[in-house]
Amino acid sequence: MNFGLSFWVSVFIVAALILLALVGVEGAKMHSLFGVIVPYAAFLVFGIGVIARVLKWGRSPVPFRIPTTGGQEYSLPWIKTNKYDNPSTTFGVIVRMALEVFAFRSLFRNTKVELREGPQLAYGSSKWLWIGSLAFHYSFLIVLLRHLRFFTEPQPFFVTIIESLDGFLQIGAPVLYLTGIALLGGVTYLLIRRISIPQVRYISLAADYFPLVLILCIGVTGILMRYFYKVDIVGIKTLTLGLAHLNPKVPEGIGVLFYIHLFLVSVLFAYFPFSKLTHMAGVFLSPTRNLANNNRMKMHVNPWNYPVKMHTYEEYEDENRDVMIEAGLPVDKKE
Amino acid sequence: MAIPKPNELSKIDYTPPQKGWMDTLPVEIKPGMFCHAGKAKSLQTVGFPNPRAWAIKDDDWKLPENWKEIVLEGIKERLAKYRSFQLFMDICVRCGACADKCHYFIGGGDPKNMPVLRAELLRSVYRKYFTASGKVLGKLAGGRELTYDALKELWYYAYQCTECRRCSLFCPYGIDTAEITIIARELLNLLGLNTDWISGPVANCYMTGNHLGLRPHTIKDTFDMFVTDIEAATGIKVAPTFNRKGAEILYVVPSGDFFDERGSYTTMGTLLLLHELGLDYTWSTYASEGGDFGFFTSNEMAKRLHTKIYAEAKRLKVKWIMGGECGHMWRVWHQYHNTWFGPMDNLEEPVSPITGTKFENTKSNKTVHIVEFTADLIRHGKLKLDPSRNDARIISFHDSCNTSRGMGMLEEPRYIINNVCNNFHEMPANTIREQTFCCGSGSGLNASENTELRMRGGLPRANAFRHVNKKFGVNTLSCICAIDRAALQPLLDYWVPGIRITGLHELVGNALILKGEKERTTDLRGDPLPGKEGN
Repeated sequence: MNFGLSFWVSVFIVAALILLALVGVEGAKMHSLFGVIVPYAAFLVFGIGVIARVLKWGRSPVPFRIPTTGGQEYSLPWIKTNKYDNPSTTFGVIVRMALEVFAFRSLFRNTKVELREGPQLAYGSSKWLWIGSLAFHYSFLIVLLRHLRFFTEPQPFFVTIIESLDGFLQIGAPVLYLTGIALLGGVTYLLIRRISIPQVRYISLAADYFPLVLILCIGVTGILMRYFYKVDIVGIKTLTLGLAHLNPKVPEGIGVLFYIHLFLVSVLFAYFPFSKLTHMAGVFLSPTRNLANNNRMKMHVNPWNYPVKMHTYEEYEDENRDVMIEAGLPVDKKE
Repeated sequence: MAIPKPNELSKIDYTPPQKGWMDTLPVEIKPGMFCHAGKAKSLQTVGFPNPRAWAIKDDDWKLPENWKEIVLEGIKERLAKYRSFQLFMDICVRCGACADKCHYFIGGGDPKNMPVLRAELLRSVYRKYFTASGKVLGKLAGGRELTYDALKELWYYAYQCTECRRCSLFCPYGIDTAEITIIARELLNLLGLNTDWISGPVANCYMTGNHLGLRPHTIKDTFDMFVTDIEAATGIKVAPTFNRKGAEILYVVPSGDFFDERGSYTTMGTLLLLHELGLDYTWSTYASEGGDFGFFTSNEMAKRLHTKIYAEAKRLKVKWIMGGECGHMWRVWHQYHNTWFGPMDNLEEPVSPITGTKFENTKSNKTVHIVEFTADLIRHGKLKLDPSRNDARIISFHDSCNTSRGMGMLEEPRYIINNVCNNFHEMPANTIREQTFCCGSGSGLNASENTELRMRGGLPRANAFRHVNKKFGVNTLSCICAIDRAALQPLLDYWVPGIRITGLHELVGNALILKGEKERTTDLRGDPLPGKEGN
């Protein structure tokens, strides 16, 4: 699969999805389908799909304790241990996982190699991917939390706090949310990076471009609605609260942009469990990260461990007795 | 086969080809980059599938008729047995952080040596046959038919990974290419697709107890030579024992330490140390291998080879086991053995008879690394050392991949070096400790027919060494791995000639002041000590 095809197929599919929502709502007037049925279905697929995926992973046992150790192990008492990059305790593992999940610890290590004349290899620190990923994931999370205001009445206090922090610059009306910009910036960076770095472009599949293009369009439609082409916000809240209370109502006159936004979000949710996006759940299960490096201290049980055929000492001695006796080596049987 | 000169070899183009990676079959199997096929006899010895005469260059690899079914069944079975495999097939986002972390990619530029893409070779097959999207959408969803050519490509690259785990350190999800390579090689072994340099030692190890196929009297003879050489250098006559029942400790090393030149000096250093301590220990001609090439074929074979050590410990009724300087031996010992053989109730929790230190970190597996043991001795002031005897050596230390990223033994060897040598310089930070670079020859790739691959893969290590060689005049690279001791010498002869490779306990043996020793004028290699050149 070459770059052109993978990328343009993704763009084409997202464009088709937008068109589908546009025609479905504006042309065929299927407001209930796009406003209620698809979102519910997508949410169900997401919930059930992610749980099924995690259960599937969980069904495969972890036969061996194989942490990738990133620092000094626990050994002699006077040697300083790197407790979190090479944990020997459950607490250490929890910290390691927290650093991995919340701070992308491993990505923070990233370096970039350069081959110079000589030859001379140089390793430069390379934090852009780390920064871009953090910006993308955290802004996405905050944008998601901010959206709780559409599904709750009154909205929880933390949503209010997030909103005020997010809009603290007080630019424009409605107030500009920084995370909206950061999300678009992050996803754009990840996309441009994927296209412009030859090696990354070479390894990329349609399954890598598609979610990025999709999320980009979700962000763009959201920002268009908020700042440029105003939609009926009261109507939207009626619809979303109805969804949340399992009592869906579809008010008249919500702009089609909203339905496109909602449809793309639904697609993202439904696509999630079948894609690489499950890394969100998978990272917690990764055996190279979530196990303590203590297998010599504490036996790790392999549920399918089984006895194996070996070449026994008795056989060995039978084959070698003469030469062993001659060489003065002890033997169990003299002949 | 002559390999290109260093200045030729180091012209590396990292630009990927125009053609997508799925469209480049059949793979070009390049001379110098692969090992010869495994021999039928080796496979028969251990009962591996499909023993036959075959050659890599042949079009027909003489596979069983239902080879595809065997591989797919094998994948299915392993997805159910290894969460690592199932997870690593599913969650890679192809961010590319691993790409330039692999020594083979850095030294060769082949895009399929980017760990992500090497894994995708198998992942694409997984997607095609085991995921809904891959079944329906095929190539569009990154799925790929398992064809004869795809299988050959998988073989080619499964033997261009040393399972060093450097990529795994940088992966945001901890995806471990070693794990994927291990599984890929298991699958290939189901079809009898392996290399002679791995399956030969496996067969040897199974029958004789060690990879080299040394029989008991040969091992004894080898030690007799060590004893003579040690006496010549020190005036001390050491008296190692073999297969001795009732010894307190069973000592097991990689068999390279009986045979390989640099390994021999490491053994001589160890013999001196253990003699000086008066340690009640024994060698075994049956458990004469700590390394485990079975690990490079299948999990089951790894276990089959290693069972002998615990059987021997039981038979000899030792209290605990000590292991020598080795890389993958310690990955296996540290992360697998206790699971295979535990709990070790027939052994006792290890306590150093010299210092009384309890080795808490191995209280269940009862296996102490000699570097841990020696570091503890020095810390307690139990050794008289004269580091100036190593003054001719300006030293740097190479962390073995396995003890670094599969264990985390980083400070102990440095502590020992700093006590037995006066001149120690670290290589650059991005190339040592947990970020260390492979020697380029690990995981059974230390053959001669694939020298170009090894020189390429070893470029990052050699290059970092050259940096300290130029800056500080470093002339010695010390290490704690048998493959390193064997592989780093030709590697540096190629990239940075004139360098000595030493095991850590060779340096210990040189520095150790022994009770009743004669005036030492040479090191263990017979080279004059500094200031004693005239003697």
